[in-house]
Amino acid sequence: MSGQKDQASKQSWQCCKCKIPMKTGKVRITYMGNDFTIELLKCPECGLVLVPEDMAVRKMLEVEKSLEDK
Amino acid sequence: MDHKQLLYLEEKCIQGYSPACTTTCPVHVDVKNFMAKVKAGDFDGALKILRKVLPFPGIIGRICDHPCQDVCKRREVGDAVSIAALEKACVQMSSTAPDKIFIQPKKDKRVAVVGGGLSGLTAAFDLSSKGYNVVLFESKDRLGGSIWDTPEEILPRKVIAEETAVLVDLGVEIRFNSTVGEVVSLPDLGRDFDAVYLGLGKISEHTFGLQLDQEGRLQIDPLTFSTGREGVFAGGGLRTSPGYSPVGSLSDGRRAARSIDRYLQNASLFAARENEGSYRTRLFTSTEGVELLPAVVPDNPIQGYTREEAILEAGRCLQCQCLECVKACKYLAHYKGYPRKYLRDINHNLKMVKGNHTANKMINSCSLCGLCQEVCPNDLNMGEVCKNSREIMVIKGKMPPSPHDFPLRDMQFSNGDGFALARHEPGKNGSSHLFFPGCQLSASAPEYVDKVYAYLREKMTGGVGLMLRCCGAPADWAGRKDLFREGRQEIVRLWSEMGKPVVILACSSCYQVFQNYLPEVEIVLLWEIIDRLGLPVVSAKDSPGKVAVLDACTTRHVKSVHESVRRILERLGYEVEELKYSREKTECCGYGGLMSFANPELAHQVIDRRIKESEADYVAYCAMCRDKFASRGKRTFHLLDLIYGADNMDLADREDPGYSQRHENRARLKDKLLREIWGEKVEEAQGFAAIRLDLADELKAIMENRLILVEDLQKVIDYAEKSGNKLYNQATGRYLAYYRPVSVTYWVEYSPRGENFKIHNAYSHRMQIVGEVKI
Repeated sequence: MSGQKDQASKQSWQCCKCKIPMKTGKVRITYMGNDFTIELLKCPECGLVLVPEDMAVRKMLEVEKSLEDK
Repeated sequence: MDHKQLLYLEEKCIQGYSPACTTTCPVHVDVKNFMAKVKAGDFDGALKILRKVLPFPGIIGRICDHPCQDVCKRREVGDAVSIAALEKACVQMSSTAPDKIFIQPKKDKRVAVVGGGLSGLTAAFDLSSKGYNVVLFESKDRLGGSIWDTPEEILPRKVIAEETAVLVDLGVEIRFNSTVGEVVSLPDLGRDFDAVYLGLGKISEHTFGLQLDQEGRLQIDPLTFSTGREGVFAGGGLRTSPGYSPVGSLSDGRRAARSIDRYLQNASLFAARENEGSYRTRLFTSTEGVELLPAVVPDNPIQGYTREEAILEAGRCLQCQCLECVKACKYLAHYKGYPRKYLRDINHNLKMVKGNHTANKMINSCSLCGLCQEVCPNDLNMGEVCKNSREIMVIKGKMPPSPHDFPLRDMQFSNGDGFALARHEPGKNGSSHLFFPGCQLSASAPEYVDKVYAYLREKMTGGVGLMLRCCGAPADWAGRKDLFREGRQEIVRLWSEMGKPVVILACSSCYQVFQNYLPEVEIVLLWEIIDRLGLPVVSAKDSPGKVAVLDACTTRHVKSVHESVRRILERLGYEVEELKYSREKTECCGYGGLMSFANPELAHQVIDRRIKESEADYVAYCAMCRDKFASRGKRTFHLLDLIYGADNMDLADREDPGYSQRHENRARLKDKLLREIWGEKVEEAQGFAAIRLDLADELKAIMENRLILVEDLQKVIDYAEKSGNKLYNQATGRYLAYYRPVSVTYWVEYSPRGENFKIHNAYSHRMQIVGEVKI
C-alpha cells in the first residue's frame, strides 16, 4: 500500500459512536511505569484512538523492548 | 546465585586459558599467536611476540631446549609442532629492529649481578629496565657464560655480541674479569649494593659461606630465589646443575629480578606468584576429528625451515582452545563468546540497577537443555545459570514481561476450565495409575490422547485415572517460582485426592518437572509402559525404512526411556539411525526454556542446524519437538504417529497446528472425553467463543508470528459490537476496534459477512492507551 493511499484510508476513519471523523490529537500512553504523550488520530468527542498497524509493530514494539531492558 | 557463585562458575570455564606449550615454557612464550603469525607469513610480527617475553630472542631462539614441544597437543594427531625450529627460522629470517625499551625512572637503589650467563643477563636486563642501577660482574672477558658452549654454526658469535649489547644501552655497568670471591667479596657487595643476584652458572667454586643443600648446592628458595642471606638472591645454572636449560636460566633471572624488585620496594616476596615458571594448563582441547599430520621436514636440515616450510609447519598448530559447549550449542555460539564471558555479562546484568540490561535477551534465549554441561570438561551448566538468573530477575522486578507472557497465559489456559480435568476411570472408585498426557500432546495430536487412554484402560486393571493440565514447565522456565508453586500444589492436591496413583507421563518436559519438583510422585513415561505391555496396535508395515531419533532434552539422563523408544521402533520394523547429538547429548528443539518466545530467530537456527544432521525422517517422542521440526520443513513423526498411524507416511509432514488451534484442540479433547468416556453433556460455546471468524491462511501466519490467538480477535469483536466502541472506514467498509483483555491491546480490522466476521488485519501492542489529553 502506498503511503498516500495509506494516508487517505487513515483519514477516512470515523468514530462509529460519535459519527465524526478522527482528528490528530495528543494521547497518553504508558508502559512499565513510563508515561508518554504522542500524536495520534482520535475521536475529538469521545477520545477513541487509532494506533496504526505500522506504529504498533515497529515504533511501539521498539520502545517496549527498550523499556523492558531498563 | 550471588556474585561469589558466579565468579566460582567463571573459573569452571577454561576457554581463554593459555595452552600447554605456553604454560610449560618457563617464560610463557605466546606460542599460539606466534604460530598464527608465522602461518600468515608475518615473521616480523612473530618476532615481536617472542620479544615480548624474551630479552635475547636471537640467542634463545637458536638454543632453546623447548620443553613446550613435549606437551604439544598436536602429538595426539601427528608430531608435535616444531616450535623450536620455527623460532629459529623466525629469528633467522626477521631482522626487524626491536621496539625502543621503556626504561622506568631511575631509582636510587643499586643491584649487583654476579655472572654474565643467561640468568644474570636477564636479571640485569629486567632490573635496569625497572630503573635500578645495575653493575654486572663477569669473571671472563665476554658475556654469555654457558651459551659459548654452543657451536658457532648454531649460535653465531655475532648474534651474542649484538643481543647482549642492549645491556649497555640500558646503562648496565659491566665489569669483565671480575670474579666475585677473588676481586671482590660477597660481604663487599652486600655493603656497596642494596641487593645481589648470584647467577654463577653450573660450575661455581665459591659458595660464599651461604647455606648449602644436601647435594652441596646453594640453598635457594624455589619461589623467591632468595638465599639464606638477606638481600642475596640466586638462580640459573647453579640451581639446576648438572642439567642445563637455557630458557630455564632465563626464567630464573627474571623471577629473581622480580623478587629483588619486591625486596627493594619492601613488598611481599610471596604474594600472587602462582603460575610463575612452568605450570600445568587447565585448558582442554579436543583433537577429535582433527586430521593426522606429520611434521614438515626441512629440505635442508642444517639450515632449517625455509619461509614456505615454516608457514606450512606453523599451519599444523591446533591453535588450542576449548569451546566444546560453543561447538555443540547454537545458542552459546550465537553471542560470539563463551561461558566465561557470558557469566561476566550476566553477573553485570544482575547487579546493575540503572541502565540498559543488555544481557536480558541472552539470559532468556537459553533453552536450559543442559547440553553444555554434558560436553564441558568441568561440568559447567549455563542453563542452570540462566534459569537462576531469570528467577532473580523476576524477584527484583527486572524481568521483561514480553518473552514469557504468552506461554504463561497458555499455561493458565491449560490449567483453567477450558482444559483442566482430573477423573478416575469411569466405573472405578480408585486409580492405580493416572495418565497425564500433558498440554502439548493434547494440543498437537489430541486423538492420540484418546487412543492411549483407551489402551491404558484396557491393559491395566487397577483403574487408570486421567489428569489434563499443564505440568508447570513454562513457569519453571520463566523463573516464575510463584506460579510454578501454585500449579505444583494443585497437582499434588488432585493426585492425593485420587489416592496417589502412579503417574504415566507422555511428555519428557512433564517428566523433568515431576522428577525435579514432585519427588513424592511415582512416575513412568508412556514409552516404558508400551515397551513393557506391548504395542497397542500391531500395524504390519511392508518396509518401514530408517528413522533418526530426536531424543528429548528434558529426559537426556533417563536411559531407560532412550532404550524403550528404540525397542518400540525396532518392533515396528524401523531401522534406527543415531544422530550426532542423541541420548544424553541430545539437543533442544528450541521450545525448551521458552527460547522460541524470547528469540524466535535463534530457535529457528537451532532447528535448521539440527535438520542437517541426517537425511532420514526424524521421530520425536515429545510433541513440541515434533511440531517444531515439522514447522521448519523437516519430515518428523511423533512416536505415536508410527504406533497408531499404520502406513500413513504423510503424518511426518503434518503441520504445526499453531497456537490458536492448540487451544482449540485441548478444549475439544476435554469435551470429547467428557462426552464419550464419562457420558457427560457438554455445553456449546457461548459468549465471545461463539463468534465465528473468516481467517485467510496468510493472516493466520501473521497472527502466529505476532502471538495473537483467534480468541483474542473474538474478544475484541465481542467488545466492539457490544459497546459500539469501534471505527468505521467509509472507503473500505471495514471496522477497526481495540480491546485489552490482558496485558496486551489487540487491534482487529474486520467486516461482517452474514453471521461471520471477515478478518482483514490483526496486530497488538503492550503499551497501554491511558486516555486522551485535551488539546
